[in-house]
Amino acid sequence: MLIQLKKSWKQFLSRRTLLRELVVKGIKLKYRRSYLGVLWSLLEPILRTIVYTIVFGTLLGRGGPDYPLFILCGRLLYSYFAASTKTATKSIGKNASLIRKVYVPKYLYPMAGVLSNYITFLISLIVIIPLAIYGGVSFHLTAFGIVAPLIIILCMSYGVGLILATIGVFFRDIEYIWDVVLMVIMYTAAIFYDPSRLIKSGYGWLLKLNPMYALIQNFRNCIFGEAMDPQLLLYSAGFSVVVLIVGHLLFYKQQDKFILYI
Amino acid sequence: MAKKALVVDHVSMKFNLNRERPGSLKELFSRIRHGRLRDEFWALKDISFSLDKGDRIGILGLNGSGKSTLLKVIAGVFKPTEGSVKRYGKVVPLLELGAGFEKQYTGRENIYLYGTVLGYDKAFLDQHYDQIVEFSGLGKFIDVPIMNYSSGMRSKLGFSIATAVNPEILILDEVLSVGDVRFRRKSMRKIKSMMENETTVLFVSHSIQQVKRICNKAMILQNGKMIAIGEIEEIANIYEEMYGLEKARQARKARREARKARRIASGQIEEAKLAVEETKSDSCRIVLDEAADVLQTAAGYISGNPKAVEETARLLGEAARILAGAVNEKADDPKSVEEALKALKETADCAAAKLKEMETAINTAGEVLMTQTKQETPNNSDEKKENINL
Repeated sequence: MLIQLKKSWKQFLSRRTLLRELVVKGIKLKYRRSYLGVLWSLLEPILRTIVYTIVFGTLLGRGGPDYPLFILCGRLLYSYFAASTKTATKSIGKNASLIRKVYVPKYLYPMAGVLSNYITFLISLIVIIPLAIYGGVSFHLTAFGIVAPLIIILCMSYGVGLILATIGVFFRDIEYIWDVVLMVIMYTAAIFYDPSRLIKSGYGWLLKLNPMYALIQNFRNCIFGEAMDPQLLLYSAGFSVVVLIVGHLLFYKQQDKFILYI
Repeated sequence: MAKKALVVDHVSMKFNLNRERPGSLKELFSRIRHGRLRDEFWALKDISFSLDKGDRIGILGLNGSGKSTLLKVIAGVFKPTEGSVKRYGKVVPLLELGAGFEKQYTGRENIYLYGTVLGYDKAFLDQHYDQIVEFSGLGKFIDVPIMNYSSGMRSKLGFSIATAVNPEILILDEVLSVGDVRFRRKSMRKIKSMMENETTVLFVSHSIQQVKRICNKAMILQNGKMIAIGEIEEIANIYEEMYGLEKARQARKARREARKARRIASGQIEEAKLAVEETKSDSCRIVLDEAADVLQTAAGYISGNPKAVEETARLLGEAARILAGAVNEKADDPKSVEEALKALKETADCAAAKLKEMETAINTAGEVLMTQTKQETPNNSDEKKENINL
């Protein structure tokens, strides 16, 4: 088992040039032919946050100068998760012409999709700074804690991505189903509203089930200078480990059949 | 003892024919009812062979015999359902050139992307970049997005990247027909030079001539089974015999000869006629009779085998020469000359008619052969194309 792991690690290392090349491709193509290029990864969350603030701020009556920051934290994490899992779902089909020609470890395709989204996501985190200043949220040492949810969300996206990529090969309808699931995840992740209101209404279990809620809540706590919730942290970490394992097992079991279906 | 380069061990490959998703739920149910959910097809069945370093093997077979599947198994794209493949060294597959490019990328970016896909690292690509660009002959177009390339340009770039290094094992699937004449010659030279470096080549082509030029070994696949493997000459003969290529060639040759014979014969008859018209010799008659006899025999020959055609032509020629000789003696009996001429003409007409008959027969044979081959192979066969042109 250990020897096997060592062997696959070695294989992975020998392919890291390719992985880098694929990640770069994902980023380059995303912004190719747009005038502002990678600046969009900063502009887009800001513009979105403005819209959400106006819509939900009026609708839900939650105001305050730190409300934009509140939305942004949730929105950034959620949109990374959504984008990377969607990319991963299509990754095998999109690279079909390569897969049909040359042998390359296939997990590299969903992995590259998840990673290239991760890089633009990390860049977009910069937006937090101006909104924190605007909201009057001062810098706390706890902010360094965001590393934990950031690592967990990467693992989770990759794990879910592997599962979706595998299903996507045999059952393309998953793309549309996943869109709906993502919507459910978004509305149960307390991005726009105060979670305490939902908990009071008796639907709190929905939040507790949603690993995105756990991640977003801890991420926010770090930014707003509060302590992380260990229970939520453990739940999200455990969830990502489970999907990673399930994803790997599923992907490895099915990957040799991919070629027959793409 | 030469070093092993490739060992293919009892490889079988199974496909599920009903891979297409059912178009609707109704169709799905009807498929389940008729038990068509799983329709298995063995594209390769128990293939075993091994190649030494520097071997060049041609893989022959009709379309759908499993050639490309075998190459893809060897390239590692397909995982065999049963059996295993051992490769000693780097494999560079040249399958469907230019199909793996990123359309929005420029030629330069694609060199790096595709190069790393093939397993070259960045330093290597930096080092060989100029050489790749030069070989592709793309020049300033290298910084243009691939989507603006013609398919020829794409294939050229694909070939140049794939062959930037001397791989241990090179897989060629009908790729030697890439690009224009100049590039084709260049790529042929490149492959030849690779072969000198002890590269092991697996080559698929429908042109047996091309296979003979490149390979020292060959195998024949039929319906996924390997039915013969060995030295190129031996296998090529078996292959030609199997698919009637030899017969087609004979028919072709016979038709060519028939045409030639008719041309010669008619020319000489014409000549003889002229000569006779000018002459008035009496003793000409006997000679002419002789000539007519010869022609008669010749005409008889024609209906036999194709080889007789040439003989007939020769005999006709001889007859004409005899006639001409007689004319030269200036015999002065115009009547006998005329009679002999008539006889000669009759024989010649008869010979011509038989020649024509035979040509039609060959034509029909050729057509039958052609449709046969066509049924077996929907396209591609140099032999066939030539047949049509005849």
